[in-house]
Amino acid sequence: MSILGTRVLRTEDPGFLSTGAIYTEDVQDERLAGACYVHFVRSVAAHATIAGIDTSAALDADGVVAVYTAADLAADGVKPLKPIMPSMNQAMLQTLLARDTVRFVGEPVAAVVTEQMYQGEDAIELVDVDYDFLPAVVDMNDALSGEKGLLFPAAGTNVVCTFGDASAANPDLFDGCDVVASEVIQNRRVAPAPMESRAAAAVWGEDGRLTAWIPNQGAQGTKAALAGALGVAPDTVRIITPDVGGAFGAKFGVDAEQVVTCWIAKQLGRPARWSETRMENLVGMTHGRAQQQKITIGGLRDGTVLAYRLEILQDSGAYPKFGPFLPSLTILMTPGPYRIPRAESWATSVVTTTTPVGAYRGAGRPEAAAAVDRAMDLFASAAGVDPAEVRRKNLLPTFTEPHKTAFGAVYDSGDYVTALEKALAAADYQGLRAEQARRRASGDTLQLGIGLSSYVEITGPGGEAGGPNENGTVEVHPDGTATVLTGTSPHGQGHQTVWAMLVSEELGIPIDKITVKWGDTDLVPHGGGTGGSRSLQLGGAAVQQASRELLDVARERAAETLEAAPADLVYDVAASAFSVKGDPDVSVPLSSLAQAERLFVRSVFTSPGPTFPFGTHVAVVEVDTETGKVFFRRIVTVDDAGTVINPLLAEGQRHGGIAQGAAQAFLEEVVYDDDGNPLTATLADYPFLSATEVPSYELVDMETPTSYNPLGAKGIGEAGSIGSTPAVQNAVIDAVSHLGVTHIDMPTSSQRVWRAINAAIATKET
Amino acid sequence: MTEIKITVNGTVRSDEVEPRLLLIHYLRETLGLRAANVGCDTTSCGACTVLLDGESVKSCTVLAVQASGRAVTTAEGVTEADGSLGVVQTAFREEHGLQCGFCTPGMVMATTSLLAENPHPTEQEVREGLEGNFCRCTGYHNIVRAVLAAADKLSGADA
Repeated sequence: MSILGTRVLRTEDPGFLSTGAIYTEDVQDERLAGACYVHFVRSVAAHATIAGIDTSAALDADGVVAVYTAADLAADGVKPLKPIMPSMNQAMLQTLLARDTVRFVGEPVAAVVTEQMYQGEDAIELVDVDYDFLPAVVDMNDALSGEKGLLFPAAGTNVVCTFGDASAANPDLFDGCDVVASEVIQNRRVAPAPMESRAAAAVWGEDGRLTAWIPNQGAQGTKAALAGALGVAPDTVRIITPDVGGAFGAKFGVDAEQVVTCWIAKQLGRPARWSETRMENLVGMTHGRAQQQKITIGGLRDGTVLAYRLEILQDSGAYPKFGPFLPSLTILMTPGPYRIPRAESWATSVVTTTTPVGAYRGAGRPEAAAAVDRAMDLFASAAGVDPAEVRRKNLLPTFTEPHKTAFGAVYDSGDYVTALEKALAAADYQGLRAEQARRRASGDTLQLGIGLSSYVEITGPGGEAGGPNENGTVEVHPDGTATVLTGTSPHGQGHQTVWAMLVSEELGIPIDKITVKWGDTDLVPHGGGTGGSRSLQLGGAAVQQASRELLDVARERAAETLEAAPADLVYDVAASAFSVKGDPDVSVPLSSLAQAERLFVRSVFTSPGPTFPFGTHVAVVEVDTETGKVFFRRIVTVDDAGTVINPLLAEGQRHGGIAQGAAQAFLEEVVYDDDGNPLTATLADYPFLSATEVPSYELVDMETPTSYNPLGAKGIGEAGSIGSTPAVQNAVIDAVSHLGVTHIDMPTSSQRVWRAINAAIATKET
Repeated sequence: MTEIKITVNGTVRSDEVEPRLLLIHYLRETLGLRAANVGCDTTSCGACTVLLDGESVKSCTVLAVQASGRAVTTAEGVTEADGSLGVVQTAFREEHGLQCGFCTPGMVMATTSLLAENPHPTEQEVREGLEGNFCRCTGYHNIVRAVLAAADKLSGADA
């Protein structure tokens, strides 16, 4: 029986559950003996020029080894970081430590190095930074207008980049529409907040090479970014990836603090370590989403959508990281799973005096799904048609050959209506509507809301020539064990288990005899890491391909050993041995073929393109109409990501995604005051989801394989977070729509819901 | 410096420590017990949860000197004698109640404490009992299942 498709328990877990995983802060390595500790002085101003920095008191404090500022970096020739893409305004430079100007609260200004961990906390308080305050630019609309000033005067604008052409808008887009609805909606800024914050440990060897332990999502990308920031040749940098305590898109590449820690280790000629506090994490790690969207949708009274326009303003935060690029992914997915005859979208990305924005679970695609599924409900409400019927009417019909959208996305396979019907049936949609009608009729204080989202998303994208690709290496050892090297990089997903399952399926080696390695750039020089839900469909497919090619190599060796033609041999997976066809007694174990010469294959799997998982989420909430409080009661999801290799782990990915997406809809939000002070800089203030705020999730299975890889697998890492956000938001609005409410921005806090209800009632009464 | 004597996972440990040293850092840096993690600075997340005289505490908000004369149990200390996983740990594995693992040692200890107080919790009681332990990966679904499964196993073992 195949091991694939079965609920194999994770081989990672025994260590994680007892002695604990080994995160960067846990790493004990003789090369790090005697390490000093790095702490950062961070800006308390959202926008200010630095008139001076007095480090003398800190230098006199107990245990202080050194204090560094931007001047020290510049004197050593360390250059500012440029925006990550050429299309972005190149005058928007970031020095690793703020030099003349600070642009967000939390920006590193100075680095204090101490002998012991606690001494740094004391000493950073003694660094005196003299700020001349400038106006904060917190709202992205103010940034766009420029009325509150420019973050980078040399840039001449706060605009980082644009996508599409607003001036080419079709003035006739909504011609022929009986019903047109429009709304400006906020896809709020949220904090990725992985449980493990950022960290680094660095040492330079006598050979002049840097070894750096950094939590990341792809060591090879981190190495390139780190070498570039330090201005050293990539070959001089070795990244080692310890266990990583969650990432959610925010641990790609390298951050300024990690670069500075590595630079300090070089300056002092001794190892250096840095671990941030949660307060630092919530202001220093990139945030996600932060999009303002104007959605306009039109169609016929029978529920047929004819036209849709999406206008995006993206908050990039203070420095152009991945954030300004996010709208390009949103635009690509503009129509989602719907057949919309006329659609257009464009975007502008601006800088604000806030924490920089980067990738967060879904990165640009959840924003597209939230926009189009909010639009569908606005339209349904305006047309007076049931939201499920609107979706049924406008979803693309089932297709097995790739479907190219007007925005250039090529959907590999899709069966959107079936996903919708399965979700509606599992949720008992008709029964829920009946219960809703009863409560509305009785004027119940607790009103029921039902929200839908039918989504499609893009996974495993890549800009590589020839198509997205990833490498995998499989080696069989003489003792019957095997080692896998992968260019992907787990941080909770369970690659160690699943990559072993893939090898075991082909070679018959038990999974507990298979070691999976990643994230050491000396061992695995190439790789794209883990993000964009790419791992299984590219990295897993590469491991499967390498296993099969290894059998081809082994077959040749077995043929020599058994003195038979290769074609006359059969491989007995259960026995992990080749035997001669019709003569099972004449056989040779796979492991013995590795004795005279190493038996390994490195293989690169290339996909024809990204794949497009899809599904439907049905969320059920109760809303207290007197207080505005939202109770998240149920969520039923169909998340079709093609063939499932380990249902236990795939379900776990869906659960986590559902929770994060739902939390964005009704709970989570990074908040700044008008002066740019973060009001959500601790976990006591940031509304991090707890176990009491969510129900158990109801998952419905559906598997429509892709033809793009032999596994038939698409990505499942982000799907949950894409469907659940609009489903939950739509449910909250649906609960009070009979009171005249047509929209409530995320997160649907009690205050926002209460205000929306009362505004609607007031409108009705006047 | 202050002298402390703490029984950690059944072994008596004596050390001279700074009065301000947090229990979590005593466990991690002085004793090398690094299962428990620091996830926040506001006693919000529970990644540092250990047992102090059998009750769960957040060890980032307990001074090592406050634990002197008392017994501390960490995730390292609830494995079976042969080093295999204990009942709660096994349940977390079987129900896939962990992904990145960072909250996990704290979750295991919070669960151990919860089930000692309430051996037969309902789903809602489990959710309320773990409200002070954050997880970013699992959406809590499988953690709740793991706690309920552990409760079943432990009560079966009692019977």
